[in-house]
Amino acid sequence: MLSLTVNGERRRFDSPLTAAELIASLQLAGKRVALERNGEIVPRGQFDQQHLLDGDRIEIVIAVGGG
Amino acid sequence: MDALVVAGKTYSSRLLVGTGKYKDFAQTRAAVEASGAEIVTVAIRRTNIGQNPGEPSLLEALPPSRFAILPNTAGCYSAQDAVRTLRLARELLDGHSLVKLEVLGDPHTLYPNVVETLDAARTLVKEGFEVMVYTSDDPIIAKQLEEIGCVAVMPLASLIGSGMGILNPWNLQIIIANAKVPVLVDAGVGTASDAAIAMELGCDGVLMNTAIASAKDPVLMASAMKKAVEAGREAYLAGRMAKKLYSASPSSPTGGVIVPAQNKAA
Repeated sequence: MLSLTVNGERRRFDSPLTAAELIASLQLAGKRVALERNGEIVPRGQFDQQHLLDGDRIEIVIAVGGG
Repeated sequence: MDALVVAGKTYSSRLLVGTGKYKDFAQTRAAVEASGAEIVTVAIRRTNIGQNPGEPSLLEALPPSRFAILPNTAGCYSAQDAVRTLRLARELLDGHSLVKLEVLGDPHTLYPNVVETLDAARTLVKEGFEVMVYTSDDPIIAKQLEEIGCVAVMPLASLIGSGMGILNPWNLQIIIANAKVPVLVDAGVGTASDAAIAMELGCDGVLMNTAIASAKDPVLMASAMKKAVEAGREAYLAGRMAKKLYSASPSSPTGGVIVPAQNKAA
């Protein structure tokens, strides 16, 4: 079991996962997103290798309309 | 019209537009097309996890291959938050370095916090960002932002979303006269004449969102703004006539009038 805070919400997962697996589980695979783990950018090319640990704070952002 | 050059890149349009407050992406795209803008601003926000996974995204409506996407830091009230947001934006946009920095002072007026803005600008320039910076119309702060290395200085005409137009043309003129980087009016434009006045003052461009998006017909207003920015630029380059209270020089010939001039003294 591990617990992550994703965009401010606590989420529990049964087994360890990578950033890529988290994105897939959130139905965001293939979308243009950027991801931050504990305040540090995780480059998109490293999503596959980036293992997430219990207690990690993850932010996943997109571009939206704005001035 | 002569080109706008920002950070060594050339743009044929001097109108930059935001993408907020539209009814849907189709209207956003139609308004952006009508405006002729090449640089369009976007905000960076958390994804709505689990909601409408198949929903189209803004960058599908406005592909970065076609438009210069200018990520902003709207909603940030500290240098730290602004820097963090733009690091995410750079990653999101494949290393793209042109950004719009804005650090706000309070949520009621949305007036810029220039102390935090200066702080964020220093960090971002050091990290290789090309910073177009939203600021107050204070000529000293504008100069300091330029000296830090910002690629464009963007003073407000009036408060964000107010549509109050250009409240202090005198300060804008001082900023323009002292600047060696492009000066763009960002925020406060309400209608086409405001954009034309900004350009006639010598601004290099205008950035707007609400004036277009909150018009009854946004696509038509986008077209009006395109013309206003072009007209204002041409008038600036043409050099306006001097203002005088009255003129002793009529536009039509003084001689050859069919009724000879009366001697008013008689």
